[in-house]
Amino acid sequence: MELNILTLCYLIGSITFILGLKMLSNPATARKGNLVAAGGMTIAIFGTIFLYEENGAKLGNYPWIFAALAIGGIIGTMAAKKVKMTAMPEMVSLFNGMGGACAALISFIEFGHHVKNIATEAPSTGTLITIMVGLVIGSISFAGSMIAWGKLNGKLKDFSFPGQHIFNLVLLAVIVGLAGYLTTSLSADNYYLFYVIAVLSLVYGVFFVFPIGGADMPVVISLLNSFTGVAAACGGFLYDNKVMLTGGILVGAAGTLLTMLMCKAMNRSLSNVLIGNFGGNKSGGAASGSTPQGNYKEISLSDAATVMAYANKVIIVPGYGLAVAQAQHTCHELEKYLEEKGVEVKYAIHPVAGRMPGHMNVLLAEADVSYDKLMEMEQANDEFKSTDVVLILGANDVVNPAAKNDPSSPIYGMPILEVENAKTVIVNKRSMKPGYAGIENDLFFQPKTSMLFGDAKKALQDLLAEVKNV
Amino acid sequence: MLDFIQQHQEMIYVVILMIFCGIEIIEKVPSVLHTPLMSGANAIHGVVIIGAIIVMGKAESDNYLALALGFVAVILGTLNVVGGFVVTDRMLEMFKKKKK
Repeated sequence: MELNILTLCYLIGSITFILGLKMLSNPATARKGNLVAAGGMTIAIFGTIFLYEENGAKLGNYPWIFAALAIGGIIGTMAAKKVKMTAMPEMVSLFNGMGGACAALISFIEFGHHVKNIATEAPSTGTLITIMVGLVIGSISFAGSMIAWGKLNGKLKDFSFPGQHIFNLVLLAVIVGLAGYLTTSLSADNYYLFYVIAVLSLVYGVFFVFPIGGADMPVVISLLNSFTGVAAACGGFLYDNKVMLTGGILVGAAGTLLTMLMCKAMNRSLSNVLIGNFGGNKSGGAASGSTPQGNYKEISLSDAATVMAYANKVIIVPGYGLAVAQAQHTCHELEKYLEEKGVEVKYAIHPVAGRMPGHMNVLLAEADVSYDKLMEMEQANDEFKSTDVVLILGANDVVNPAAKNDPSSPIYGMPILEVENAKTVIVNKRSMKPGYAGIENDLFFQPKTSMLFGDAKKALQDLLAEVKNV
Repeated sequence: MLDFIQQHQEMIYVVILMIFCGIEIIEKVPSVLHTPLMSGANAIHGVVIIGAIIVMGKAESDNYLALALGFVAVILGTLNVVGGFVVTDRMLEMFKKKKK
């Protein structure tokens, strides 16, 4: 009877996951969708704790389980409440790593279990495969997410060495080979290989993410997210547990598609991102493409303020610089003030601006920027022609005309915001350093472009003060 | 291997259907919601915690290694679930406010 109720709990869980994801895809129902999924998860978790039984035996060790739930719950809530909106991508990556580690640990324990009983009862090949897959994918996801987290918050720099792709491929082949060997011929003599596989998978996760440039991190996080989903689904196979299976596979499939959509927005193939042609080997293709420089001109604050205050239409293009400087509130103030002066102000959001798709939307939403002021790329590109001033805040590669004009550029073919169609372009950047793609941006050297150097928040505050004086 | 498929055919059906389901659902998501969606999906794969709870609950009370590993696994899984949902909710809260 109790098991039947548990089955019902799992069914509810599965349905809420699907419904939740579905509702998350619509702005009006998104928040409710998240709560629905969370509710389903709670039912599934507590159902498992109190109702699960195997061979007539209930689960034990309640004090331990509840202690762990409490610790994880408190830390998780605090971390999630405290994190700044700009650090959101790191946080997602970190939580994703936790899930991956959890899946790998389950494989560890289950494997230990089977090794202990190996003399009496050999585990089936299918069980071993799921344990191996859970271990390898979970470990890769964990190590990779940690590196992605470190890179996004600036603790780690890009790192690669010649032949790294080959090294990675060989490493992966060794992992798969060892796992295959162990699956088919596990014995009391070679079970230690399991731990070798675990270590190699962690190493692979590290080397897999390390050479990938910061701009590609969202793609990697999304991919690792779907990896963890698959690792969770392995647990579903292991325990014949439908809710783990549905949840895991759902995320695995959705995450993979989301990854592809992101790649598509950057006009690159997934393999191109993963092999790290772009982020790692900047010296290769990138240097040849752009002829360095020419002259750029700076604009003074008062000039910039005057141009904007007397414009009919201003479009703001936010990028990662805005996020780093936490300048979204100042930006909104400037926008409000300009609107009061009768200037039409809008925002043009490139699909991959910032560090994650939707990153800019989240930031601007935090600052209460009205939803209908945000334009997606196609719409913005139609409007630039009738725009007087484009203010670029810490965005670079997404406005680089080389993507349209220069076939030898590594970002050639990526859809960009065609800001050069506007009458004037003001670029706020901290320095002339290239963006994450590591390439020069011709836009900065065009006659209609002027540069406003400095931290985005500081620059915007000063600009706002100046605009008020105009 | 064939035995495995035979025994788990129900689950294999589930896997295949879920793959299509996941793809269908995501396809209509506007890019604005990509970050919350990724975050929400991230929380959902925290369902792996159920495996951790089962492992932990089954562990013999003198098997300290399994207990310790299971303990860590449950903590990590909870972090994933709770943190994931709370972060997603925070993101979406802001979307709602400005919609008025």
